Amino acid sequence: MRGYLRSDGRKGIRNVVVVAYLVECAHHVAREIVLPYRDRGVQLIGFPGCIPNAYAWRAMQCLCTHPNVGGVLLLSLGCEGFDRSTLRQAVEASARPVEVLVIQGTGGTRSTIAAGRTWIERCLGELSALMSVPMRPDELVVGTTCGASDGTSGLTANPAIGRAFDLLVTQGAACVFEETGELVGCEHHMAGRAVTPELGWEIKKAVAKAVRYYQTLGHGSFAVGNVEGGLTTLEEKSMGAYAKSGASRISGLLKPGDLPPRGGLYILDMIPDGEVRFGFPNINDSVEIADLITCGAHVILFSTGRGSVVGSAIAPVVKVCANPDTYRRMADDMDVDAGRILEGRAALDEVGREIHELVLAVADGCQTKSEVLGHQEFILGYKTFQPIGPACLPTVP
Amino acid sequence: MGIERSEPPESQAPSTGKLDHRLMILAAEDNVCVACTHLPAGTSVLVEGMTVTLRQPIELGHKLARRAITPGQPIVKYGARIGSATAPIAPGDHVHTHNMKSDYIPTYTAEGEQRYVEGRGA
Repeated sequence: MRGYLRSDGRKGIRNVVVVAYLVECAHHVAREIVLPYRDRGVQLIGFPGCIPNAYAWRAMQCLCTHPNVGGVLLLSLGCEGFDRSTLRQAVEASARPVEVLVIQGTGGTRSTIAAGRTWIERCLGELSALMSVPMRPDELVVGTTCGASDGTSGLTANPAIGRAFDLLVTQGAACVFEETGELVGCEHHMAGRAVTPELGWEIKKAVAKAVRYYQTLGHGSFAVGNVEGGLTTLEEKSMGAYAKSGASRISGLLKPGDLPPRGGLYILDMIPDGEVRFGFPNINDSVEIADLITCGAHVILFSTGRGSVVGSAIAPVVKVCANPDTYRRMADDMDVDAGRILEGRAALDEVGREIHELVLAVADGCQTKSEVLGHQEFILGYKTFQPIGPACLPTVP
Repeated sequence: MGIERSEPPESQAPSTGKLDHRLMILAAEDNVCVACTHLPAGTSVLVEGMTVTLRQPIELGHKLARRAITPGQPIVKYGARIGSATAPIAPGDHVHTHNMKSDYIPTYTAEGEQRYVEGRGA
């Protein structure tokens, strides 16, 4: 396994250039710059809002200095609230090539697109000279989420991902599962797996926060398709989702932008703190993927039953298909056929080992189905967070 | 949470053990099992050693009662409580939004005008 060494000591498994628009008004220009390079590792990310938001700024900083990112082009209209100069300094401090183009100062759409493409050419030249270095599994951060779930997700793909997580944690990798809103009903079990009682309490607090959030907003992460797939209640979906975490002890609780300090299993709390505002915290699966990537995830294990096709900018997405019928229908989009378990064609442990091996292969450069198909979904919205407390990352083993 | 499977899946007839191979139990203490495949109405399945003829089609991933469940009793899957019964449930019955509810926040379904199914608990 080989990676790209960055100045902070982390290693990337990809070496992409991100073009980031800092307000929706710069989106089109950014997209036009990327277009001729979309098959050459140049990817589009961005934040649509004009009004500044601390979470979004930090997320953008984490993404632009993510180990899979080699160079950054920031696209500003000029009058938006986003603090582009501090972001530029942060990327510069990470020794990555970075440029800011301000459309209002560059002469408008045409000249900014031209200037952007000139910069991209130069950046791609620089990045191609970067030599890869050996990388170990204990330098990997792996995230997991699920989307377009059905009754099979919790039977095959999720427990198989849990097995893969157990193997990765044993090798010293950091594994991150998420989304306390999808773990309602599992909080006491989770607390019992925490390395300290104080961390267990933080986990219960995080789930209670999610329950309050969803009750205020009217409903949770539970979609019509889940019911058609045989899932009746949020708790049922939660237990199935919870299976992705495997059986390791829980080493810590992260919020978006927090990096796992060492190997182990972590839970990511992506429900905002404080009063309920800005609407639903996870309007789609790509929000969750982006939050996992802000925590340094190199690769995402994505469990799907009904068949999601999404990938992501920055981190490759490995799709583990839970439903054998879906797999037959959408094999081009799926990396792993976990539905074999339902048909007695494979055991859970076997599929878990297959996922584990695939993670290492993808980390070594092997392209996932969504990468081959050009999927680079990305979304970033408004949230508010308080920093995590000292109990969230205990130093005890 | 181990998955119990009583028979190899090749045979199409219900197996002679306690559980049909087309059904899966996620934890021993569960009072529901899960269909591994689409089961048309009229299919005979073996539930807890008892042959039950399905009164309704059961889709892959949907739940069947392993035993009689009375209203208010918990529905247990993965060894955990996933809600409670809202109607009497017989062994082999489909267990879903029509006869159970969440104990947490409402379930959003496509029935009717995408209304909320009754189910506000804690």
